[in-house]
Amino acid sequence: MKRVVITGAGTINALGHSLAETLAAMREGRCGIGPLELRDVDRLSVRIGGQVRGFDPTARFDRQQLALYDRFTQYTLAAAQEAVEHAGISFDGELALRAGVVFGTAGGGVGTWDENYRTVYEAGKNRVHPFVVPKLMHNAAASHVSIRYGLRGPSFTVSTACASSNHAMGLAFQMVRSGAAPVILTGGAEAMLCFGGVKAWEGLRVMSKDACRPFSANRNGMVQGEGAGVFVFEDYDHARARGAEILCEVAGFAMTSDAADIVTPSREGAARAMAGALADAGMATEEVGYVNAHGTGTAVNDRVECAAIADVFGAHADRLMVSSTKSMHGHAIGGTGAIELAACIMALRDGVIAPTVNFEQPDPDCPLDVVPNEAREARVDAALSNAFSFGGLNAVLALRRL
Amino acid sequence: MSTRDKVIAIIAEQAVLDPSDVTMESTLEDLGIDSLGLVECIFAIEEEFDISIPFNANEPAASDFDISSVKAIVAGIEQLVTEKA
Repeated sequence: MKRVVITGAGTINALGHSLAETLAAMREGRCGIGPLELRDVDRLSVRIGGQVRGFDPTARFDRQQLALYDRFTQYTLAAAQEAVEHAGISFDGELALRAGVVFGTAGGGVGTWDENYRTVYEAGKNRVHPFVVPKLMHNAAASHVSIRYGLRGPSFTVSTACASSNHAMGLAFQMVRSGAAPVILTGGAEAMLCFGGVKAWEGLRVMSKDACRPFSANRNGMVQGEGAGVFVFEDYDHARARGAEILCEVAGFAMTSDAADIVTPSREGAARAMAGALADAGMATEEVGYVNAHGTGTAVNDRVECAAIADVFGAHADRLMVSSTKSMHGHAIGGTGAIELAACIMALRDGVIAPTVNFEQPDPDCPLDVVPNEAREARVDAALSNAFSFGGLNAVLALRRL
Repeated sequence: MSTRDKVIAIIAEQAVLDPSDVTMESTLEDLGIDSLGLVECIFAIEEEFDISIPFNANEPAASDFDISSVKAIVAGIEQLVTEKA
């Protein structure tokens, strides 16, 4: 079995257009959620979100590329470029033949569906652009990254709603660990902040109209975000041989299924996923200093997640720092785990714990150290990153400082 | 059909019951309607009466809309329908 390390990272989200900007915002506890700017926003009842701002696709991509790139692909390519440059890796020869791409997304090209439904249903046109299908397909982002960097090994996309990125990164980890590929570009993206994408979420009545306040007693729901995170997962020996900077080690991964309710999370399913990731990593509970929580800010998720953490960690739960960065970048659905992995890297590499902002009132059902409102400096040897999806599919990564 | 009968018909359909089995004193729990079923009921009622019901599943107690029984729901809808008219 190979050891797996992260040697490059890139992200774009409501907090910034790069890893450095994102981590700076997390250190400052800055919230990137604000009024939504999108067509027909006046017909929405939820009008806030964690939107990527100031992103000019035409400055990055040419006309032919834009005809093929939905927003989720644009975000992915931006993050991938940063991650590959950060890793200082070039994909030539045998490496190019064996390296691959594993991404997660919940909705794929939602904006492309939305625009083209308008064209045929609202505008009554009978013709759409010839590239609608290759633009909206869930694997479009993975394919374009494979094409861009000439990666000719195993590439695919997984879709498990809010856990998509964690499932993707977990599979990438397993593939590098097993020797199936020496390097995988992995992570995920979501770009669902369009009229139809927000309207669909409104229907569930779990959205906050004012703020995302995870673990706070006065929390009143989730807030959608968007963006991408891409990481270079690399065989440790391969990384060492080329003298790469190592950001942290991916030590373990586990996935479980609740087999219960389609939307209500299960304490038992979440706990089994966390315990499984620790066991897979050979990690004692006492080693873990930080848990990047799923922490959506809904009444039920945060209560259930805290109970599950207590079940897994016992008395050590009181010494853990547990934060939800969704309070700052919003819930980027299938891309969220990838954006949140940046916070884990910051904890392990830089010793800075991203806070849970908008925390106003302690909740007796969430009696953990949620790092309220201000980032904290602390040496952390190991961290978990949680993702629990609608459909009851749970995916937890265990990471170590190197 | 009265507002009351329409609301009962919607709730009965969600609960897979005959409308005669839904009484004004029934609670949603008595009728086996869970949180997802409630959200579906509210959607159907909004569509039927062309009203908006203030309801967030995260804080069901926070709005003025009382869902503690069929009677309370009917009263809330009647008020919203009156306000609309």
